[in-house]
Amino acid sequence: MDARRPEGRGLLIHTTVNGLDCEADVWPGASLLALLRDELGLAGSKNACEQGECGSCSAWLDGELVCACLVPAVQADGAAVRTVESLGDGRRLHAVQDAFLAAGAVQCGFCTPGMVVAAVDLLERNPAPSDEAIREALAGNLCRCTGYQKILDAVHVAAAELS
Amino acid sequence: MSTTQITPTPSGVGTSARRVDGIPKVTGTYAYASDLDAENSLWAYTVRSPYASARIKGIDVSAARRAPGVAAVLVAADIPGRKTFGLEFCDQPVLADDVVRYAGEPVAVVAAESLEEARQAASAIVVDYEPLTPVTDMEAALRPDSPRVHDFGNVLRHVHILHGDVDSPEAEVWVDGYYETGTQDQAALGPEAGLAVPGSDGGIDLYVATQWLHVDRQQIAPCLDLPEEKVRITLAGVGGAFGSREDVHMQIHASALALKTGRPVRMSYGREESFNGHVHRHPSRTWIRFGATRDGRLLAADVRLLLDGGAYASSSPAVISNASTFAPGPYEVPNVRVEGTVVYTNNPPCGAMRGFGAPQVCFAYESAMDVLATKLGIDPIELRLRNALHTGSVLPTGQVITGTAPVREVIERCVAIPMPAPEPAAGRDAISYPGGAGNVSRGESLRRGVGFAVGYKNIAYSEGFDDAAEATVTLRPTPDGPVASVRTAAVEYGQGLYTVLAQIVRTELDVEDVAVEPATTMENGSAGSTSASRQSTMSGGAVLGACAEIKRELASGPLEEPITRTYTYHHRATTELDDQGQGAPHVSFGFAAERAVVEVDEELGLVRVLQIAAVQDVGRVMNPQGATGQVEGGTAQGLGLAVLEELDLKDGIIRNASFTDYLIPTILDVPPIVTEFVEEPEPDAPYGLKGIGEMATVVATAAIVAALRDATGRTLNRAPATPEDLAGLRPPATTTGPAPVPDVPGQKAIPEYLGLGLGQQELMKARGR
Repeated sequence: MDARRPEGRGLLIHTTVNGLDCEADVWPGASLLALLRDELGLAGSKNACEQGECGSCSAWLDGELVCACLVPAVQADGAAVRTVESLGDGRRLHAVQDAFLAAGAVQCGFCTPGMVVAAVDLLERNPAPSDEAIREALAGNLCRCTGYQKILDAVHVAAAELS
Repeated sequence: MSTTQITPTPSGVGTSARRVDGIPKVTGTYAYASDLDAENSLWAYTVRSPYASARIKGIDVSAARRAPGVAAVLVAADIPGRKTFGLEFCDQPVLADDVVRYAGEPVAVVAAESLEEARQAASAIVVDYEPLTPVTDMEAALRPDSPRVHDFGNVLRHVHILHGDVDSPEAEVWVDGYYETGTQDQAALGPEAGLAVPGSDGGIDLYVATQWLHVDRQQIAPCLDLPEEKVRITLAGVGGAFGSREDVHMQIHASALALKTGRPVRMSYGREESFNGHVHRHPSRTWIRFGATRDGRLLAADVRLLLDGGAYASSSPAVISNASTFAPGPYEVPNVRVEGTVVYTNNPPCGAMRGFGAPQVCFAYESAMDVLATKLGIDPIELRLRNALHTGSVLPTGQVITGTAPVREVIERCVAIPMPAPEPAAGRDAISYPGGAGNVSRGESLRRGVGFAVGYKNIAYSEGFDDAAEATVTLRPTPDGPVASVRTAAVEYGQGLYTVLAQIVRTELDVEDVAVEPATTMENGSAGSTSASRQSTMSGGAVLGACAEIKRELASGPLEEPITRTYTYHHRATTELDDQGQGAPHVSFGFAAERAVVEVDEELGLVRVLQIAAVQDVGRVMNPQGATGQVEGGTAQGLGLAVLEELDLKDGIIRNASFTDYLIPTILDVPPIVTEFVEEPEPDAPYGLKGIGEMATVVATAAIVAALRDATGRTLNRAPATPEDLAGLRPPATTTGPAPVPDVPGQKAIPEYLGLGLGQQELMKARGR
C-alpha cells in the first residue's frame, strides 16, 4: 500500500501471488499488471503495450495464462496469481529459464519474462510441442531483438530437459 | 543494476559464452529503466501537440497546478538553461515555445504523486493553438512556395557526390527506376523511461535507458544550467534500442522536474507515447539509373535520393551522407553521381534506426540490379558477381577499400545454401498458409518466389569523427585465484556487448571470473555510442588495449596487488567530403547477402516467408550464438519493413501508434533463417572483427521484396509491400521525375552554415575527442 496516500484509493484487493497472501489498495482503474508492479513490487511482468498485444506481462490467473495488462486488478480479488517470479527456486533456474540462456534466446530481455511464462504454460499443457505448436503458443509474445529462432530452439531444449 | 558475475566456464573469444546479464533477465529481476523507483518519488507525464504545425498563442496551466497530487508543471519558460537540444544541431526545443513543428512535440510536463494524477493534470492544461498548414510531403517541402518548417527553409542537408562521367558514352544498356520506402519504427519493447533524483549538491542523478551516456550528459547539462559534472548518469536496463535511444527523450524533462520539486521523478512512456516520443527510420524516395555494357559491366550510376527528416535535425545529416555514399551498391561503378537531400517537414523527426540510411538505398539499388539483369538477359547473381566490390576497389567517394570486402564470397556462399523443400499446396495445417489460420483459401492461388540482395554498411562513425572509446580493466588476486572486472560507459542494450568484452578479458588475461561494472559518466570516460555497428570494435579494442597493458605489467612479476589499466581506442582517421563528395569518409565496411524464399497468396495478397539464407562478412566471429542472433534479429526487422511495418501518417499525425495497428513480426511471421559467416580478418581491427549489428537489416527488405516480385510478377517498387500491392489492387508508386536539386552553399548541413548552435556530437568532434 502506498504510504503517501493513507486515505486509500478505493479498492482493497485480497489475492494470493506466488503462494503468498497479499493485500493492496488500488485505484479502481488499475490493472493486474499495475497491482503487481506498482503495489506489490513484482517488476518481472513488463509493461510494453498495455493492449494485450505483446505478451510482456504474461502471468497466470487461477492457472490461466493472461496478459496482466488486460485484467482489472479487481478480478484478482480472491484469486491465485502466479508470475515469472515463481519460476525456479531462488537458487536454481526453471528448465525453461536455463534453456533460454543455453539457446541464446535472450537479447535485451524485455520480452523474456513473459516469453518464459508463455513457454512454461505451453510445456505444462504440451510436453513435446512441434515447431508449429510453439509458434502458435508464442504468437502473442512479441520479441523485437531475436527474430525468434533461438526462442524456438529454447523451447525444444526445455522440452527435452523436462521429459 | 548489480555488477554481473560470470560463472566459471571455458568461455573466451570465439565461444558461445553465455550472456553475462542472462540470469537476471530470465528471472525477471533485471532492472529496466521503467522498473526503477525511489522513496518519495513522483510520476511525470508529457503534454504533446496534437497538431503537426501550429502557433502556440497561450498555455494555461493554472487548473493543472491546482489538480490533485500535482507537484509541478513546467512549460518552455521554466527550463532553467538552454531551451533547445539536439544530437548534431540544437534545433529541437526541450518544450515547444511559440510554435510546434510536429504532432507529438512536447509542450509541457507534469509531475504528480501518481501516474493517474499526472495524466489527469496534463489533460487539464489548456493550450491555445493556431493551426498552420503543415508540410508533410518531402518533395513538396522542396518547392519554393512551401511553408517553412524552420525560418531558414526546409533543406537540412544536401550531399553531392560526383565521380567520373555519369553519361558514360560506353554504356550500352540503361535502366531507370523509382523506389520508395515507408517510415519504420524501432519499436523496442522497453519504453523510453528513467528516474531522475535531485542531488544534495544541486545536481542530478539520472538513471536512464540510452545509447550514449556522455552525449546525453552534454545535451542535458546546458538545458538544466548545470556544469556537466553535476549531471551524473547511470545506465539503467535497456529494453532494446535500434537507434531510437540515440536522441534525448525524457531525460531533460524528468531532470528539470526533479530539480524543481526536490523529489525523485519517474517517467515511463506508454506505447502510444513511445511511437510519438522517439525518432523513426527516414522514409525515402530514390530515382536510380544504371548504365552497363551488354556483357553486364556497370559503368554508371546516377542517383537522386530524398529523405524526410521530419521536424528536427536529429542525426539526419549523417544519415543522408551514409545513404548517399552507398547509393550505387556494393559494386564497382567508375562513373557515379549522387544527389542526396534530407529535408525538414512537419512529420515526426527521423533519425537513427538500424542500418542508418543503408536499407533505403539497398532497396533501390538491388531492385534496379534485378531490372538490369532482366534487360541484359544475365542471371541476377552473375550480374552481381561481375561487379562486386573487393579490396582495392574505388568507391564513389574516391575512397579505396583497404580492408576486407568479400562481396563475391558472401554472394556465392549465400546462393549455395540449400533451398527449402517444396510443399504441397493443398491439405496443409491452416497455420502454414500465408496469413495463417485466418486465410480463407486453401492453397488455390499460392505462388512461390525467390529473391536475392547484397548490400553493405560502414562500421563506426564517419566523415572525420573520432568516436573513441575508453575502457578500464582491473585484474585482482583473490585466495581463489585472479578475478577481473571491466569498467566502461558503453551501453549494452541486448546485442551482447558486455559478454563479448568479458570474453576478451578471459582470453587475454586467462581468467574466468570477469565482472562488468555498471556504466556511468562518473567513473568512465566516453565509450561513444552503442550504434553504427561500432561498439565491439571500439570498446572491444579499448578492453583489448587495457588487457595488453596489464599483460606487460604481469611480465615483470606475479600478481600481488590489483592492476588497473585504462585504454582509449581510436579507429583510423576518416575525412569529410569535399565539394564533389570525394574523400575517405568511412573506416571500414561490413557486407551481407540474403536470399529469401516466399509464398504469396495471389488473390488475398498475403505472404509467408519460407526461408531466409543469410551470409555475412564479420571479420571474425567473437560469439557464434550472439552473432547468429544479430543476423536473425536484424533480418526480422528487415522483414518487417518488407511486408508489415510502416507508420501510417496523415497530415503529419501517426494513426497507428500501437502494437494493435503497427505490426512488428511475430514468431509466426519469421521463417527459419540459415546463417553463415565469412571470416576474413579485418586489418587493424581487434581480433580482425567487424561490427555485425546492422548488415542483415540492410539487405533483408530488398531480398524479400525481390522474392515477392518473383512470385507475383508485379513491380513492387515500394516497401513495405502491402496486401493491396500484392493482389494488384494498388498501382506501383509513381513519380513525375527526380526531385530538383536544391541550391545549397556546400556539403555541410544547412544549420552549420547559419551558425546555429552545434549539437553535442558536433561539439565533441570540434573538441577533437
